[in-house]
Amino acid sequence: MTNVEELVKQQAEIHGHKRESLMPILQAVIRSERFLSEEAMVAIAKELDISTADVYGTASFYTFMDTKPKGKNIIRVCKTITCHMKGKDAVIGALEDLLKIKLGDNTSDGKFSLLQANCLGWCHKGPVMLINDEVYPEVTPQSAVEVIQEYLKQK
Amino acid sequence: MENKIKKVDLIFEKVDYLEVLERSFKRTQDEIILDVIDSGLRGRGGAGFPTGLKWKFAKNEEADQKYVICNADEGEPGTFKDREILTQVPEKVLGGMALCGKATGASEGYIYLRGEYNFLLPSLYAAIDKFHAQMKELNFDFTIRIKSGSGAYVCGEETALMESMEGKRGEPRNKPPFPTTSGYLGKPTSINNVETLVFALMIAKEGPNQFKDMGTFDSRGSKVFSVSGDTPKAGIYELELGMSLEDFVNEFGDGDTKAVQIGGASGFCVARKHFKETVIGFEGIPTGGSMMLFNSTRSMYNILNDYLEFFEEESCGQCTPCRVGCQQLLKGIEAVKKGIKPPSYLDELQKLSETMKIASKCGLGQSAPNPFNSIINNFREEIIY
Ligand SMILES: Cc1cc2nc3c(=O)[nH]c(=O)nc-3n(C[C@H](O)[C@H](O)[C@H](O)COP(=O)(O)O)c2cc1C
Ligand code: SF4
Ligand code: FES
Repeated sequence: MTNVEELVKQQAEIHGHKRESLMPILQAVIRSERFLSEEAMVAIAKELDISTADVYGTASFYTFMDTKPKGKNIIRVCKTITCHMKGKDAVIGALEDLLKIKLGDNTSDGKFSLLQANCLGWCHKGPVMLINDEVYPEVTPQSAVEVIQEYLKQK
Repeated sequence: MENKIKKVDLIFEKVDYLEVLERSFKRTQDEIILDVIDSGLRGRGGAGFPTGLKWKFAKNEEADQKYVICNADEGEPGTFKDREILTQVPEKVLGGMALCGKATGASEGYIYLRGEYNFLLPSLYAAIDKFHAQMKELNFDFTIRIKSGSGAYVCGEETALMESMEGKRGEPRNKPPFPTTSGYLGKPTSINNVETLVFALMIAKEGPNQFKDMGTFDSRGSKVFSVSGDTPKAGIYELELGMSLEDFVNEFGDGDTKAVQIGGASGFCVARKHFKETVIGFEGIPTGGSMMLFNSTRSMYNILNDYLEFFEEESCGQCTPCRVGCQQLLKGIEAVKKGIKPPSYLDELQKLSETMKIASKCGLGQSAPNPFNSIINNFREEIIY
């Protein structure tokens, strides 16, 4: 059994084999792998006894469930109005320069994906970015770069 | 309407919620519900349905299982108060859920927490563990679990939320049947906003009159506001309902406020000349709490463009008026701005938005026309030139 199959099996043990278990299992795979591979979706379909198309159809509905490979750390910069007004474009520009990628891309070492997101619920402290589940409110281009540099130091 | 800004402290006040629950568990379901009805509390998630009535409908259903759901999907741009409530007083949210459980006869509760708030999970689980132990001591059979979202604004719509909880695409259902009849897994379900549940607990604590005596006839009580944009006082404030927008702007504006978007992207934009006669509340412009202020340096075109992009991305695509309508409104203002279409094209788009209001299946497509029409009507020149 591959690692992903192992993970899916273990998550199905925890959350159950019912349809209502699908979201938590998908979310656990995302947490560990950052995206849903075909292998993962096939394994989930088998555990829950539903079709792979159904698993894909559900996953593809949700913004945070990518079916294409993503970096180990997913950076999401809020692009909604108040963060826009407070300078999210400059933050994204600084991160693009630092990581040498364009918005929407992954770094070639697989460490980062740089994405935008809709309102993250910190509008009084924009611009704000999310790295995986971690929130960074009131970032400047410089402080955002420093945050990423900290992540770069970790292995 | 001459009501000035009045700050209130009910939501974030630390209270002995266990004492409130212990007392409430000894009362009848009808007694609890009557107090909530009498207080005049209306839902704080946006739609403003009377909370006590919702609980009564759920209570009156016969079923082997009923559910309570706390809607913590908070996706409306400009809203961030539920996050703060869940951070500061999670125990009061859980208490409100248990109260609803007692009132409606439900023994299971769920919090649907947006994925963007996953960082709250450890503290919420800790609060829930403690809460379960306390309920055991009170001999009250009620368990709370958390379901996480994964980045979809439409899942805040109550039936889409239930679809998502059931492991499906978050596509809104047809109503009726309403969730109080057939909700999560087809069982009677009362779904309430985070803030609503805390107010219900406070009403159980204080009796209905304290709440009822605040605000106006249509908008009783207070409300937590999320204030953002061009303001020196961005943040979260609990205020008595029924104030005029002018009073609000005097308190929170930066001296140069040209427009306020009330109720988030799906709400209404009010221009300076209308601040005085605009009441913030159900008799005027209701809000789930979002108040975004814009000063004269801001382009209303950019603001409208941002809102329409938001709807175009977040539309679930299930029904045509919304899926195609949101795209066309966005493309349309871009075309007018670039001079590809004449200014009169805005009138065509406004007709389309009327169709969206009538023919869309859920609140998303029905309310996307709100910012569109209110911005076009107030700032037409800015959209064209
Ligand atoms: C597109 C859309 C998004 C919504 N998002 C939320 C939300 O994030 N939180 C919320 O409490 N209600 C939201 N609502 C309203 C819910 O459908 C529902 O009315 C509310 O949760 C009921 O609780 P209340 O009566 O306490 O307000 C949304 C509605 C629509 C149409
Ligand atoms: S109105 Fe929009 S969001 Fe609502 S069901 Fe129709 S397409 Fe989906
Ligand atoms: S607009 Fe960026 S967090 Fe709300």
